[in-house]
Formats: sequence, structure tokens, C-alpha cells
Amino acid sequence: MVTIALSVNGPKRLYSIASGEPEAVMSVIFDIKPEGALTPPFALIKPGDTIFCSQPQGSFLGSEEPAFWIASGTGIAPFRSMFRTGLSSNKTLIHGGRFLYSFYFQDELIAMKHNYIRCCTQESGAGIFEGRLTRYLRETPLPVLGFKYYLCGSAEMVVDTRDLLISRSIPFENIISEIYF
Amino acid sequence: MESLFGKTLAQLTQIAINNGLPKFTGRQMAEWLYKKQIANISDMTNIAKQGRERLEVKYTVGLTPPIKVQTSTDGTKKYLYTHGSRGFIEAAYIPDDDRATLCVSSQVGCKMGCLFCMTGKQGFQTHLTAGEILNQIRSLPERDQLTNVVYMGMGEPLDNPDEVLQSLEVLTAGWGYAWSPKRITVSTIGIIPAMKRFLSESDCHLAISLHTPFEDERRKLMPIENVYHLHDVIDAVKEWDWTHQRRISFEYIVFGGLNDTPRHVNELVRILNGIKCRINLIRFHPIPDTPLHGTDEATLQYFKTRLNEKGVLCTIRASRGQDIYAACGLLSTKELMSHEQKDY
Repeated sequence: MVTIALSVNGPKRLYSIASGEPEAVMSVIFDIKPEGALTPPFALIKPGDTIFCSQPQGSFLGSEEPAFWIASGTGIAPFRSMFRTGLSSNKTLIHGGRFLYSFYFQDELIAMKHNYIRCCTQESGAGIFEGRLTRYLRETPLPVLGFKYYLCGSAEMVVDTRDLLISRSIPFENIISEIYF
Repeated sequence: MESLFGKTLAQLTQIAINNGLPKFTGRQMAEWLYKKQIANISDMTNIAKQGRERLEVKYTVGLTPPIKVQTSTDGTKKYLYTHGSRGFIEAAYIPDDDRATLCVSSQVGCKMGCLFCMTGKQGFQTHLTAGEILNQIRSLPERDQLTNVVYMGMGEPLDNPDEVLQSLEVLTAGWGYAWSPKRITVSTIGIIPAMKRFLSESDCHLAISLHTPFEDERRKLMPIENVYHLHDVIDAVKEWDWTHQRRISFEYIVFGGLNDTPRHVNELVRILNGIKCRINLIRFHPIPDTPLHGTDEATLQYFKTRLNEKGVLCTIRASRGQDIYAACGLLSTKELMSHEQKDY
């Protein structure tokens, strides 16, 4: 994560890094919230403008271990970072969104082939699971041991998914979450 | 209409000026709102009638009474308040001999997703305004008996720092409720930037939700650990001067077989070395679908004794209001919510 601001004393927010470790350019992803202090002006930034950015912090990092990556909305950011860092070979990525445009970076992530699952609640499309990602998880066999489960997204998605995984006998020690705030 | 209740003196003065009223009307409004505790603008009788009518076009006092109360066998009461058209919050009133504490909420829901907390299970709906936080105190039938307020209800207070700090200003300022800040405790899971701001801008006590001294364990219980590491939280606390009357405490829910071992005692002693503090041990109140369970009474007592022997002041917090789901970690209005707005 990094903290970003538009001025030294202005409002600051945390954003997950969406670019890979080896990349020279760091990227983040954000939804424009009309009432937000930062995202409307962020959307107007042009090349050459100045923004203020902290050093990276946090420990929601990928590993070589087999894992499920589970995201909602812009919670895809850390998994796109892990993907571009080269950690996707033994991973399954499950991304939930309300609309087809919610599947950010799908043009890249489709390279994960059958290990990339998009769950859409409001629209249907080819290769898209219709329904919440929790429904997909409920209907899918999940390994209990030997896998980590990484969750990133809204608090509601994280707690609903975590409860579901725990109900499927997955040890909570193997569930690692990052929340938006 | 916009609420006046919860506004600071500076904000009320600005409202007066913006509405063509004398500057001193701001102080008069504060007096009526926080000292005389009126419920209607028309009751502000030392403000000219025309001025009151002008205010009434745009503003309301903005008080909301509780819509429901549940009473525990131990005397604890849980009050339910509406928020907007679909949201709800709860506040817990806890009488205890010569003390009476109100545990207030600062958000509808919570974003933090702690594994052991019922509030987290409903996700996050919205921040409360300062007025909505203070309304839990002002609209409490027992408000005149209150001796303490703790910001430990629904939500993470320091995820809503602007409104929480504003509510503290109203509670402690001479023009407001003029409470001593030593009667108020704000709890946080350790959002470092907001915690530093709180320490700078307020004199109220601080409580930090710790729950294990080991970061790898903490990140499995509390997702915030992936953002703000415990050692950075402790370092920030150590930078502060705690030698005066301001207190810091660490909240520690004791889970059986997870964080109740001698290894945890030793590490707690190590990381808290140099901080004049107290650890509050809390019995775990089970929530649905949890993989966690509370420790047994003997282990709890042993844990407390070992910490005290090693020089760390440690107490066991009495569980209050468990039968009405008002105890620590149990506040939730999930069942009352609509589920239309999920983003996944």
C-alpha cells in the first residue's frame, strides 16, 4: 500500500499497489467517488502534475505458496500486482463485481485461463459466472489444507467470504485479509 | 435540513454570520444546545424571533430519540437509534455502583473486519456525524447519571477522526458540555496517522485493541495488521508522554489456546516495556460462525497474575450485558439492514 495526497497538508488516502514489483512505474486503481476528497481531483491529474506518495507499507504480499486470490471491485489491485510479479502459476483468482466493467485488468488477467473466475451480480456475459462470488465459492469444491486464501475488498465481502470459508473447515490461520478503509 | 446539534462554537458562529445574525448568536446557540439542552430552535428565546425563524428555514436541532431499549439482568441497557432511512446504531449504558458508562458508536457498521467482532460482520455503511455520536449521549434517558463515555461501540472511531474529534471538542469545551477529558476514552485498533492526530488534538484517554503481541497472529485476527504493524503502533505510543494524568490502556480479548500462553505474557511484557499502561483482559463473547473460543477462568486469572507479577498493571474487565448482546464485540444491527448494496 501507499499513502497518496495531492498536497502536503491535504487529505491522504491509502491505496493498494496494482503494479508488479519489477516494474519501474507504480500504479494504483481507484473508483471515482463524487463525494470523495481525493478521487475526483485524481481523475483530472495529467502527466507532469505532482502528487505526494509515501513509501510502500503493509504486509499483504503474495508468496509462492498455492493460494486462492479473492477480490471484489478495486480489491483486485494487490492481486494484479502479484500477477505482474510472477506469482500466479499456482493461484486461482476469483473476482466479484456488479457490472461487466467492474472486472478491472481482465484483458491481462485472462491469461490465467480457467484459474481466473469473474462473478457478476447485475449483468451476464460469456465466460462470466452469474451471481455473487460467495455463491460461486459455495458451489465449488475448495481445498481445506495446503492452500492460503487471500481476500481483498469491501469489509462486507471480506467478512462474508471469511465466514463461508471457515464454515467449509478452512482454518482461519490460512485466511489473510486486506480491507478497504 | 442540517442539524445544529454537534456543531462547534466556531461552526455555530459561522452559521450565525451566514444567516445575517450577530456573531454572538453562535455562543447563544451553543448555550441552548449544550447547557440548556433544548430540542427546538424556537426554544432559543434570547435570539430574536426573526433570527430563529431564519434559522428554522435551513436548520433543525437534530436530536433522535432511541427507538428501542433492551435491559440486561445485570442492569446494562442497550439503546437502538435509527440512522437515516435504513441504518441503525446501538449504544450500551452500563451502570456500576457509583459509575455509569455509556459506550457510543462512531460508525454504522465497521470496515475493519476483525475476526472476533460482531459489528464487523455487517460491513460498513457510513460514518456518524459528531451530532449523531453526541445524540447517543444527549438522547439517553439516563444522561444525567453518566460519569464516563467510551468510544467502543459500533465502528472504528479513528476511521472517522474528523467527526470523533469534533464530538470530543463539544463534549469537553467550556462552551459545550465541559466534561473532563479524563472521563472519556477513545478506542482504536491502531490507525497510526489518526491516532497521532487524536493524541495531539485531544486530552482524552486512549485504548488500543491489541489481542496478541505477535504480528503474525494479529494479522489473522485483525486485517488492520496488514496495513499498520503493531510494532509501529507501539513505537508511536512510546513517542508520547504518558507521565501525566492521561491514560493508555491495551484491550486484550483472551482466546483459549491462541493468545493465553506464558509466551504471550512474556512478549506483552517485552513490547510494552517503558509504557505506563494497563492491560484490560476481556472475556471472549462468542459470535456466530466463529472459530474462536474464550479461555477458561483459571487460565484467565493466571494470565492476569503473571502480568501483574512482571510489573504490567492488568485487570479483568467484567462482562456486562451479554444476555442482550450489548457486551464487548457484540453490537450489531446487521439483522435490520437491507442487503441490496453488496458490491460483489
